[in-house]
Amino acid sequence: MSTELLMPQPWVVQKTERENEDVVTLTLAPESSDHGFSFLPGQFNMLYAFGVGESAISISGDATTNGSMVHTIRDVGAVTHALSAAHVGDVIGIRGPYGSEWPIASHTGRDILVVAGGIGLAPLRPVVYHIIENRHKYKDVAVLYGSREPKDLLFRAELESWKDHNIQVEATVDNATPGWTRHIGVVTTLIRRAKVEPRGAAAFVCGPEIMMRFTASELTGRGMNPDDVFISMERNMKCAVGLCGRCQLGPEFICKDGPVFPWPRMSPVMTIREL
Amino acid sequence: MFSMGRRDKAVTSHKFKDRIPGFVTEEGTKIDTRTFSLRGLDQLIQTLLDHGYQCIGPVVRDGVIAYDKVSSTADLPQGWTDEQSPGHYRLRKREDDACFGFVVGPHSWKRFLYPPERRLWQLQKQGQSFVRVGEPEVAPRYAFLGVKACELAAIGIQDQVLKDGPVPDPDYTQRRDNALIIAVNCTESAETCFCASMKTGPEAAGGFDLVLTEILEPKHAFVAQAGSERGREILDALQTAEASESQIESARAGIASAADGQTRTVDTDGLRELIERASESIHWGEIEERCLSCANCTLSCPTCFCSDVEDSTDLTGEHAERWRRWDSCFNRGFSFVAGGEIRHSTASRYRQWMTHKLSTWHDQFGSSGCVGCGRCITWCPVGIDITEEIQQFRLRDQL
Amino acid sequence: MKDIGHIISEHAFFSDLPERYCKLIGGCGKAEVFEPGQFLFKTGNKATQFFLVRHGQVALELHAPGKDVFRFQTIGHGGIVGWSWLFPPFTYMFDARAIEQTRVVTFDGLCLRGKCEEDHELGYRVIKRFANVMSRRLVETRLQLIDVYGRE
Repeated sequence: MSTELLMPQPWVVQKTERENEDVVTLTLAPESSDHGFSFLPGQFNMLYAFGVGESAISISGDATTNGSMVHTIRDVGAVTHALSAAHVGDVIGIRGPYGSEWPIASHTGRDILVVAGGIGLAPLRPVVYHIIENRHKYKDVAVLYGSREPKDLLFRAELESWKDHNIQVEATVDNATPGWTRHIGVVTTLIRRAKVEPRGAAAFVCGPEIMMRFTASELTGRGMNPDDVFISMERNMKCAVGLCGRCQLGPEFICKDGPVFPWPRMSPVMTIREL
Repeated sequence: MFSMGRRDKAVTSHKFKDRIPGFVTEEGTKIDTRTFSLRGLDQLIQTLLDHGYQCIGPVVRDGVIAYDKVSSTADLPQGWTDEQSPGHYRLRKREDDACFGFVVGPHSWKRFLYPPERRLWQLQKQGQSFVRVGEPEVAPRYAFLGVKACELAAIGIQDQVLKDGPVPDPDYTQRRDNALIIAVNCTESAETCFCASMKTGPEAAGGFDLVLTEILEPKHAFVAQAGSERGREILDALQTAEASESQIESARAGIASAADGQTRTVDTDGLRELIERASESIHWGEIEERCLSCANCTLSCPTCFCSDVEDSTDLTGEHAERWRRWDSCFNRGFSFVAGGEIRHSTASRYRQWMTHKLSTWHDQFGSSGCVGCGRCITWCPVGIDITEEIQQFRLRDQL
Repeated sequence: MKDIGHIISEHAFFSDLPERYCKLIGGCGKAEVFEPGQFLFKTGNKATQFFLVRHGQVALELHAPGKDVFRFQTIGHGGIVGWSWLFPPFTYMFDARAIEQTRVVTFDGLCLRGKCEEDHELGYRVIKRFANVMSRRLVETRLQLIDVYGRE
């Protein structure tokens, strides 16, 4: 990595996949071999659209795949709009990886619940990949996924394939549209349908804050140790290295202390309004 | 023993530990204390310039005492002082010729160590890709003349954030490492000063290369001590005499009167916890009724470090730049996420600022983020007084 | 085949219920299977039953002429369907339809209501359990309403 502060390196778009109306997945390879890097599940990169700006985007690919980087991007602002519009062969700036990891590797021998809401499945996908690659090291595993409508679900074909690895996969939507024959209701309703008993299990949860709060509350209410619930947070970030001061939430810098936190570290600050 | 300042651990970073405050060491050994006249000060400035430093010191400009380039004592605010109170700042003529007879103006040294705006890099399109263009800026070599004790503490705090963390800011680090610091002890206080209760002043306790105390009795002169090898070399290069007992006594008396003259105090005992407990106090809403969310407090604060970056291109779209600019937790957009602004109300922004400064700063950097310089009080257009607000939270906490 | 009392005693909904009550409620229940598409109950019908889902999936639906059926919630394994039998006007408000083969225990609400009226201790325990189901369903419905995944 460059020693120059906040200096993006050029990465070439290898593949683009449209996940839904406003989400695309980009697979990128470093333009120069010395710009490649490894990452841990849960970490993020700063993605730069030339001249437009930067956005913090979690890594949604497999941490063991060297030489490429996968990002799933939701088009919500000027930068993500420019990134979403990238074609194969285009160059995007990347710097990273930054932040804390999902502590999946330190939870072997346990039952695992992966609970995602909306775009929150993207940062959790590396966790699922890790489990699949090390399936024998974990006991029962369930992926519970909620979104607003069926068309918003990410990685739909892939979700099905995870079942081949003895992983329970359940998806639910708030608003069913014709043709949807699976669960309807908010994602927390899936917890009681999971074959994984919360007591003794560990959970990796990502989605909007309200969803994570209710999920953590449901899990701990069903006997999960609060220290075994992990969530991933989002805040405005410019530097990603603890210098710009913007991502503070109480005493934490989301960029360097997070984005992944054990639930007890976040629960006290998440209920204070406008913090 | 004469000792005014005892610092928080974190503020006393490396350099700060090297020296015991006062004119004698804790063991009672007299510290080599020199003296020189106003002409000696000119010689000092010249020596700094000769050593290749850009000498930055106090100057009268735009109705305030600001920091800017100085090349002789003629540039200094000789005979001027600053009159400060909540929302009020006026320059006033002194009845003497003191060069450092003021406290602090709207500027702090962070302006030079961490400039308000700076281009971080430039990129040029090359085919589909881009390459870096332009030479990295070379950090200037500054000599800061007239750094007050609260300012030294603030520099120490910014060091913790920008230099001593896991990812140091390279530009700040270089500017900081290059900088020569000539501190000046305060011999008087403004109405807004509360450094004594924040334990950062008015005597410089360390972190400088050279420390001066300006005395007017028995004769206008400067009493000087070295705080580093670099400072020692510069002091040795000047024509000085050993300071007399009466000069040292005069310097001590001046510093003591600066401490005694402070009318504002903050009880720091349990302050961190007090503010943490107050997170949902209705008093934030009461402050909101006065606060304009103008960000003056953060911009004038010598420890506030938050920044924004702005990316842009030229008209061809082939050349891109990134600029970093000071930002403020009071500004719109500061806490923007995909869903919208997190800190929408002024109450929540003021709470973020004050809580960070007095409470969560301890969690993050091991010290308070407030040095008691009083700038946020003076430069608040509606005169919100942090010491008064702390008191309000204390009163409400006791209810 | 397990007897109804046994099924009940194993079920979270009835956990901590004294055995005599399990037997009593069991006496109001029978095992049933609904095929995909089959209705458990329909809007406007007199509410006489409730269902404990043992396996499969039940959808709660509303329909309006000329529009697609509005399916707003699904209830799976372990869930409870139907509480209209407990409260006036004792009429089902929605359609409940199996969307896959669904095995349930169907309870005679009229029978149970009668027993609850006779034995308020039993009544309290039954109402408390249904109140819990209803309060959860309300929380979940609120979350569903606010677009919790934040697409906007």
